[in-house]
Order: sequence, then C-alpha cells, then structure tokens
Amino acid sequence: MNILEVDQLNIKDTHTGKVIVDNVSFELRQGRCLAIVGESGSGKSLTCRAIMRLNPSSLHQTGRILFRETDLNALSAREMRNMRGRPIGMIMQNGMSAFDPSCVVGVHFRETLGEHYGWSRSVIDAMMQEAMQSVMLNQPAQLMNRYPHELSGGMLQRMMIALTLVLKPDIIIADEPTTALDTLSQQEVMAQFIHLRRTLGSSMIFISHDLGAVRHIADDVLIMKSGQIIERGETGQLFTAPRHDYTRQLLSARLTLSDHFRQLINEE
Amino acid sequence: MGMYMIRRIVFAIPLLWAISLLTFVLINLSPMDPAVVVLQAQGVPVITDELIARTQQQLGLDQPFLVRYIHWMADCLQLNFGNSYITGQSVWLLLGPALVNTLRLTLVSAVSIIIVSVVLGVICALQAGRLLDRSMRMLAFILTAVPSYGLAALLIWYFSVRLDWLPTSGMESYRSYILPVLIITISYAGLYFRNVRSSMLSNLNKDYVLYGRASGLPERTITLHILRNSLQVAVSIFCMAIPIILGSTVVVENVFAWPGLGSLSVRAILSRDFPVIQAYVLILAVSFVIFNAISDMINAAINPKLRNGL
Ligand SMILES: Nc1ncnc2c1ncn2[C@@H]1O[C@H](COP(=O)(O)OP(=O)(O)OP(=O)(O)O)[C@@H](O)[C@H]1O
Ligand SMILES: [Mg+2]
Repeated sequence: MNILEVDQLNIKDTHTGKVIVDNVSFELRQGRCLAIVGESGSGKSLTCRAIMRLNPSSLHQTGRILFRETDLNALSAREMRNMRGRPIGMIMQNGMSAFDPSCVVGVHFRETLGEHYGWSRSVIDAMMQEAMQSVMLNQPAQLMNRYPHELSGGMLQRMMIALTLVLKPDIIIADEPTTALDTLSQQEVMAQFIHLRRTLGSSMIFISHDLGAVRHIADDVLIMKSGQIIERGETGQLFTAPRHDYTRQLLSARLTLSDHFRQLINEE
Repeated sequence: MGMYMIRRIVFAIPLLWAISLLTFVLINLSPMDPAVVVLQAQGVPVITDELIARTQQQLGLDQPFLVRYIHWMADCLQLNFGNSYITGQSVWLLLGPALVNTLRLTLVSAVSIIIVSVVLGVICALQAGRLLDRSMRMLAFILTAVPSYGLAALLIWYFSVRLDWLPTSGMESYRSYILPVLIITISYAGLYFRNVRSSMLSNLNKDYVLYGRASGLPERTITLHILRNSLQVAVSIFCMAIPIILGSTVVVENVFAWPGLGSLSVRAILSRDFPVIQAYVLILAVSFVIFNAISDMINAAINPKLRNGL
C-alpha cells in the first residue's frame, strides 16, 4: 500500500519562470524507506519541502501529493500546518542551525510537543528524556537546558531523532541528515536512524549523497538529475544492475573515490 | 552573567581614561589663551602681559601640562569640573540642570524612536516587497534626507504659527516635547526601522524557522522566535543611538530654545568657555562608553553565545 503518492509535481520559480522540478511522480510504500540520490542542485530538497509545502512562496508548485486519501497540495494553510510534525516529520541536515540559537534546545521540544499533544512541561520532559536516552544521549535533563552552540552537530542530530521518536510521525523526511557530520558521528547517527525506523515502523524519505548509507537503510532508490527522476528501483537491484548511464557514473564515481583512498593508504 | 557584567565594566575603565586624556589634550591645543578669555569676559579694557601672567597663575595654567591634567582628572572624578571662565559659576551647577533637560528630551525621543522603528520594521518585514513596504521605505528615505532644522522650521510654521496648537519654544509642559521629539524621531526612525526590517528578513530564511514550521509550530510562535533574534541587532543599535541623539540634540535644542546641554555647549563654544566645553565633551564621551556597555550587557542577556566571548 502507498502511504504517499506524488503525482506530476512541478515546481517553478515565479521570478525567473524557470522550471526547477519537472513533473516528478513517485510513491512511498507503507513502512519502506525511499532514498533520493542525485547531484547537488538536482531538486531533492525542493521536492521534499514541496511535500510539506515549506518552499518559499516565490516557488509555485502544482501536481497532486496524496497522503493516504488527502491531497496535501489542496489543503488550506491551517490544515497543512496540522500535517506537519506529527503525521509528517522532518529531520534537518544541519542540527547546528536547526534550533533557535537564543533558546535552550528544550524550548523547541516543549513548544512542538505542547502544540501537538497539549502535554504539560513535566510530561514532555519525561518523554523527551526517555527518548534521548534511547538515542544514546547521556544526562538528557542537562542537555535540554543547553544552547545549540554548546552541543555538537551529532548530538543535535540525535536530539531531532529523539523528538521524532516521541512525535511518532507516519512519514519521516530526512534531508541529508549526516552530511554535516564527521565520519564517526555519521555512523552513530546512522545507527540511530536504523533504530528509529525499527522502533516506529514509519515510512521514510531519506536524501543522501552517501551511497553507503543509502545501501544500508533504503529499500527503494530514486535517482534525480536536473529536476527529473531518471532511474528508480529497489536498492539491491539498482546497485548491482544500474540501467542508466548517469547512475553507473554515480556508482563508479564512488568506487573510484574509494579506490583512490585505498591507493593513498597503501602508499603510506 | 554577573561575571560578564563585572568584566565589561572593568574593560570600560581604560577607555574612559583615554577619553579624558584626549579631551584634555584637544582643548589645550586651542590657540586661544584661556587667561585672555577670562580677562575679556571680565571686561578688562587693556590686557597687559602682566595681567595675563597673573591670571594664568590664578587658574593654575602656569603649571606643567601633566600636573594640570592630574589635577583636572582628580577634580573630575569628584564631579568638580571647575568654574566657568565667563560667569564664574561652578560648571557642574551650569551643566547639571541642562544635562537633566537634555536627558529628558533624549529618553522621550529614544522611546518614541524605538516604538516607531520596531513597529514599522516588523510590519515592513512581514510585508516585504509589497506596496506598503516599498512606500514606507521610500517615505523614510525622503524624510531622513531632509535636514532637521528645515523640518523644524516647517513644523513650527505649520503647527505653532498657523494652527497655534503647540508652543514654538521652551520647556513648559508635555506639549513642548511634541515637536522636538517628532523631529528627532523622524530623523532617526527612518534609519533604525531599516535595521529592524533587514534583520527580521535575514532571520526569515534561517534553518530554525524552517524546522519550526516543519515541526508544526504556529506562525505566532515562529514570529516570536524571529523577533527575539532580530531584536538582538536592534537592541545594540538602539543603545548606541541614545548617546548619538544626546549629542545631536544640539540643532533641535537651539531651534526650540530647549534649556539643555546642546544650547549650553553652543554658547560655551562661541565664548570659548573651556571648562564648560571640556565637561560637555567628557559627559558625551562617558555616556557613549556607558551606553555601549549597557548594550553589550543587554545583548549578552539575550544572546547566550556572546556571554563567553569576553
Ligand atoms: N528559493 C529558491 N528560489 C529559486 N531557486 C531555488 C530556490 N531554492 C533552490 N533553488 C534552486 O533549485 C535547484 C534545486 O535545489 P535543491 O536545494 O532542491 O537541490 P538539492 O538537490 O537538494 O541539492 P543539494 O544536494 O546541494 O542539497 C537549485 O538549482 C537551486 O539553485
Ligand atoms: Mg538539498
């Protein structure tokens, strides 16, 4: 069963008249993880933000975005707001800038959970602390009272995952959630993503440059290039038998890159 | 936070000292001999060299520069700025009431400027690029460009002379404030509301706003977060604006015969009343340093990142 169906999504810049995302259609199946891969500027982020209707008003989007039976693109601003956070959650690329720099991170959790569940502060704190512990954040009570700049990118990323664990959205959209991290924290955060999927059983859209991570977590893959989907398929199949030249290029670019590293290591 | 405040105050001390030295040096560079000023003010018909020498001795001007500076500093620390060369009155008695009058005008104007610029800045940022925003900015641009004495003349002619609603000069009741405050507000709010607007706008595209929306927070909550972050820039600008207004009331005070520092200082400069000029410059400089420190402290209170900076 499809939980999300994107049908002929078109995104146009009203200032320049340029079409940025060109009649893209795809579906996300219940409980699966769909990865979107593609070069920088290919329109991955805009596509995901279009699903949540978070693109600036200068970008005009048409097409249908069916979440269960509702067309998100036809909802009023208010109805759409109720979709964000709980039914459809998002995890940002850069934890460092995702929280208001002048508030302790706990403020965001309290505002978000208070808005969706109407819980009291003590309930929220208890729920968040439990979730934070489950993503390997120690001393969660102290962490809630820290400012974003006092925490590392990996910690903030795991805090967003912890919030998602409490919100239990049906769909999680993660836009390059590990790109801003060093290799070690990348692995930690990826482990928590797998934990998140296992715990919630949610469907997920996972954007990444890291084909290793994609292979690890995704069931299906979309390859995007200049606003179009050029190839799609199940992960294993796509990695072993890519049909499109561009996909082959992407995969071999990664191979040559790791060959290059191997060479460097051998030379030492 | 307490530690931050103490550090901030300690850091201001060397700056204050440097300012006092600079003030003293600059005044002493003046080509006019203070003794001559005093003698002229006393109406002495023939000023002889002997008379000058004696007056210099009375004023302590015959002593070496450094000795005079130390004496002056020590006196200043006790708020004793000496006596006016012209009237012989204590400078502090002259300046004190004038300072209070100017501070009143400045604070009322500052409050008016802050309210006007925050309200206009927020409205224009939320309406950015639309007609309202563009016409407001155009109007502000024109009004800021009009010199304040021209504007003052125009407003006095209309409201005080033609309509006879408001007093033309002096400081009798709250109605005396209206025109001077209006003029100061017009000349500064145009500048500061742009600051509020642009810092609001630069925050609108930040990641935390996107994440707030993506988390389903209501627009109201998000706007409060944006405002909180935008006002950081604005707060320091406003605090720095207070001493700037303090110094620039000169024009408005002279137009409206406001019995403040601005009027007093112009008179002092014209008659070369050095002790009064020195004290005026020092008071302005000190208020710059003080308000700068206050603005840093307020900023540190709102922006946690700055607290560890100093
Ligand atoms: N607000 C905007 N207005 C106009 N054009 C935009 C806007 N945001 C992005 N674009 C353009 O749309 C294209 C796609 O951007 P998008 O951010 O979706 O790329 P991406 O695939 O996510 O790339 P990356 O891997 O670098 O994140 C880019 O060419 C970009 O210049
Ligand atoms: Mg992107």
